[in-house]
Amino acid sequence: MSKANSKLGSVNGVNRRQFLATTAKASCVMGMAGLGLTTVATQSSQLDPFAIRPPGALAEDDFLSACVRCGLCVEACPYDTLKLARWFDGAATGTPYFTARSIPCEMCDDIPCVKACPSGSLEHKLDNIDDAKMGIAVLIDEKNCLNYRGLRCDVCYRVCPLIDKAITLELQRNEKSGHHAMFLPTINPDVCTGCGKCEHACVTEQAVIKVLPSHIALGKSAAHDTYQHTEETTLEMLNRGLSL
Amino acid sequence: MSNQHRSASKSTTRFGHAAVTELGWWRAHRFLLLRRLSQLSVLSLFAIGPFLGLWLFKGNLSSSLLLDTIPLSDPLATLQVLMSGHWPDLSLLLGAVIVVGIYALLGGRVFCSWVCPVNIITDLASWTRRRLSLPRTSEIPQNLRYYMLAFVLILPILTGFTVWEWLNPVPIVYRALLFGAGSGLWILAVIFLLDTFVVERAWCSHLCPTGALFSLIGKVSPVKIAAVRADACDNCMDCFTVCPERQVLKPVLKKGSTQPFILNSDCTLCGRCIDVCAPRVFQYKNRFNSKYSNRIPLKVENKL
Repeated sequence: MSKANSKLGSVNGVNRRQFLATTAKASCVMGMAGLGLTTVATQSSQLDPFAIRPPGALAEDDFLSACVRCGLCVEACPYDTLKLARWFDGAATGTPYFTARSIPCEMCDDIPCVKACPSGSLEHKLDNIDDAKMGIAVLIDEKNCLNYRGLRCDVCYRVCPLIDKAITLELQRNEKSGHHAMFLPTINPDVCTGCGKCEHACVTEQAVIKVLPSHIALGKSAAHDTYQHTEETTLEMLNRGLSL
Repeated sequence: MSNQHRSASKSTTRFGHAAVTELGWWRAHRFLLLRRLSQLSVLSLFAIGPFLGLWLFKGNLSSSLLLDTIPLSDPLATLQVLMSGHWPDLSLLLGAVIVVGIYALLGGRVFCSWVCPVNIITDLASWTRRRLSLPRTSEIPQNLRYYMLAFVLILPILTGFTVWEWLNPVPIVYRALLFGAGSGLWILAVIFLLDTFVVERAWCSHLCPTGALFSLIGKVSPVKIAAVRADACDNCMDCFTVCPERQVLKPVLKKGSTQPFILNSDCTLCGRCIDVCAPRVFQYKNRFNSKYSNRIPLKVENKL
């Protein structure tokens, strides 16, 4: 040790050349490891379409930077709805999610999961559960929907916590029989919270109505599209068209 | 000198017998058993919530709430969140400050040896290694963990999310047991195999960024292990055999040392050196206690 120390320019027996070599090696290894780790982590963090985040969750990218995966929201949930993701479970490992078909969100008025979150990955400013946007229900398979077949199942409509707001039954003439009505469950994406009670309750073997994360469920009009969809503008356009 | 040679070449599988004979079985395993008790107690305090409905601690080691009031959070996870550009709620920051405060007081790496569940696995690997008389190796530099720490904190800046938490083995055990997320346990098997067959004490003493952070926190801690009776040391090397960070022992035991405290914060304060030492060289001490700052010269020094 003392011999090494007496060498020119060495500290603790490490000279400049060794130091630079070690640093370069370490940086290379770290760089490679980082690249690999990030690739795998990014891929596995692609959210499964059926893994729905708790109420108040930030957008997925921000959520992944904020969530410390402590499970306080899971323990706060009185209905065992929330789970922490396991490896390759459809959400980034350790992050909270729920599967609506198994246990949907019961939309507690006091939103205990959001209150429990220490990191702000579930936004505390969400004070009314009806404003939650966990996802959006989509009637994904009209062919197998009993109401579309002309029956009066109505289960998704009846269980909806925001009945007549998030899901309405739209009356339509049943062309098959010629003299019956069809009551078509129709989702208003502006109101739907994504609680998943409709998907949970759907009577078919595979749910025909499914809650999907908003980024999958919703389209987006082009930025240059200035058309405002209101009843007034629609009528105006139609009338103008007629007058021409 | 011949005595030293004989002891040093003694089979490493039979270390600690002198301590058992001299101090009795309990004294020779005291801190090992107390540590296991502590590790399992902390885990139990978290587990009685979900399993028995007794909510003392909520959450896990990443972040928790004690008695519904005191937030506690992993400083490494909190730093990663900050690095990824998210300003967390006050409770996460406060929790991290409280945890840093506790370990700055008790000794940083006390977390590693008295709380962290991975320690049980790496200690088992080390025990297996001694049983199988596998050769001592140290192919990777000890300070690699500090590069790992820097790396883990740089990744969130580059990627925008807490990449390390995806792999971090420290919270995996708690998540597995408390939340039934057991599929991450394979990483602990990897650590066991790495520690046993590739590099001795590879995870805890070379790689773990959590340990590196707690080591930095522990630099200010008053609690240290001190070689209060270094003059009684008979160079049996048992402490070197059992120590997970044996480089920290050298400065206090080497000839002519006037500094009894193990000041290197890599020391996990596990107390195994106290257990296995028949001449009772080591003790837990407050390093600001002036009584021990000027110790008596070693026996060997007197002979010189």
